[in-house]
Amino acid sequence: MKAFVTRRFLYMILSVLAATVIVFGLSRMVGDPRLLYAKPGGYGITEEQFEAIGVKPGLDRPLVVQYGMWLGKILKGDLGRTLVNERPVTKVIGEKIGNTLQLGLVAWILASVIGIPLGVLSATRRGSALDYLGRSFALIGQALPAFWLGIIFILIFGAYLGWLPSGTRGFHEGFPLAWGNVKFFVLPAITLALGAAAGYLRITRSAMLEVLDSEYVKLARAKGISGRAVIWKHAFRNALIPPLTVSSLLLVSLLTGVIVVETVFSWPGLGNLAVQAVDNNDFPVLTAAVLIFAVLWVVMNFMTDLAYAFIDPRIRYS
Amino acid sequence: MAERTVAAQAPSLIRIVRLPGLGWYVLRRWPVLPVAILILLAITGAFAPFIAPHDPIKQNLRALNAPPAWNAQWYAERPKVTDTYLLGADHVGRDILSRVIHGARISLVVTSIALVTGLVVGTTLGLLAGYFGGHVDEVIMRLVDVWFALPFLLLALIANIVFGPSFGLVIALLALSSWSSFVRNVRAEVLSLKSRDYVALARVAGASNIRIIVRHLLPGVFSTVMVIASLLVGGLILAEASLSFLGVGIPAPTPAWGVMVAEGRRFVATAWWITVFPGMAIFLVVMSLNFLGDWLRDRFDPRLRQL
Repeated sequence: MKAFVTRRFLYMILSVLAATVIVFGLSRMVGDPRLLYAKPGGYGITEEQFEAIGVKPGLDRPLVVQYGMWLGKILKGDLGRTLVNERPVTKVIGEKIGNTLQLGLVAWILASVIGIPLGVLSATRRGSALDYLGRSFALIGQALPAFWLGIIFILIFGAYLGWLPSGTRGFHEGFPLAWGNVKFFVLPAITLALGAAAGYLRITRSAMLEVLDSEYVKLARAKGISGRAVIWKHAFRNALIPPLTVSSLLLVSLLTGVIVVETVFSWPGLGNLAVQAVDNNDFPVLTAAVLIFAVLWVVMNFMTDLAYAFIDPRIRYS
Repeated sequence: MAERTVAAQAPSLIRIVRLPGLGWYVLRRWPVLPVAILILLAITGAFAPFIAPHDPIKQNLRALNAPPAWNAQWYAERPKVTDTYLLGADHVGRDILSRVIHGARISLVVTSIALVTGLVVGTTLGLLAGYFGGHVDEVIMRLVDVWFALPFLLLALIANIVFGPSFGLVIALLALSSWSSFVRNVRAEVLSLKSRDYVALARVAGASNIRIIVRHLLPGVFSTVMVIASLLVGGLILAEASLSFLGVGIPAPTPAWGVMVAEGRRFVATAWWITVFPGMAIFLVVMSLNFLGDWLRDRFDPRLRQL
């Protein structure tokens, strides 16, 4: 187990490093990296100022040294300043990351709560109307473009019916779970969760079908254990492994989905920030956002691996 | 005499081919509806300039946000708008239907080039990793692992700042997002094929590595590759649309579906048709592709069920 954890941990570090190399490489691919910060002669910049841009970040040094300096600064928590209003990137990101994590977490819980039980039901009543309903839900959920669904939700529930706020996140004084706060989450979270719920449903269903067909479930049935106990105690626990494995993939689909959903709902989070950074050509902000998302993703992957090994001992020794 | 026999058999014949029953049977066994939708997509994509009723980029400033044709009152009140727009017009008076039809073409071209690129690269690497094993395998698989760990959409955003949005960039990004699935599954398939007798015999007969890979292993992984491609293609269309929606995919005047949804977003409360129709096109096409992919997998490669 210890060797397994160490190996996975090393991969995690390696993946994060690879992400930094790719980001750094891309930033130097334009040729003159100063162009990422300013256009020569643009916005009233003089020739000397343009030259000076390069000296401070050490752009006159060899690439490897530059990469080392850049990485060193990041490890010290210095992600540079935004181009738009010269604020420290860490501060800007700190203001937004909470909103993103909250939205992602709510959507993830929603997806699990909807997807996994529906998958189990769909499998145990295979061929029934409920099964058809579940499978249609999965098919539709995976094909609906989140950005479009969000807009349609806003159109129906925000514009026509006026039941729910049609965008951005407002704050309500008092209890965090009061309707005044929760109502802002309803539409974005459902939009974000739908695809993931559909994924969970499909995977849980097929895993469950496989397990229900196995010898030990048949034995449990033959012993006369009640149907419910067989399903939840014997079959479900073993069927849980595939959904758990892909839950990391689904989580990442949530993470990237959050970019789209935040844009649609003007949610003040990291994804929205990143898309705005593209519009503003704000390279430092985007770099930081990518690195944070990469770290989040890699750490989540690592934790799923651990959970996976914990549930299924065979994994540890392979 | 003969007539009487036929007449006697007729009722039972009718019972066998009772139409509603037969229709239901066919619909359940074969993916008729998805295939019909996809054929429609292929035809509209291929012949877009001949099918589209209007020029997809031509603006008509008299018909800003013109509603779909069934709103006859709107057209009656504006005699100067001579054209009718079946699915309405957008905020600069471009015909939605024509843009959706041309969008089919964009989607088709971009995703197929990307998918084929990803398929060729991924399958090649998968064959190499599985066949040679050892260091080659180690390097390729670590590359795949690392690649899986990167947030694709954000890399797309960065690449857009660096290179600027273009068709080539979208294709490259989609190809980059698809190759790794091929590597993993092809490698697994090769590992099991490699130990079969016919591969060992080919080696004994003096076949070179390249010959074994191309002549003996490639045909064996073919069905797996096709199934994975069919399972991926829907996701690729969705990814292309998302990129275009965010403004980092297909550049703006081109009628890509994602671009259209993004443009209509501001007007959704007053002119829902700008947003709704292209989104519906994405939804129907992706759903058909996913359905077909599932069907192909169940038929040809049920082991990939967990994909």
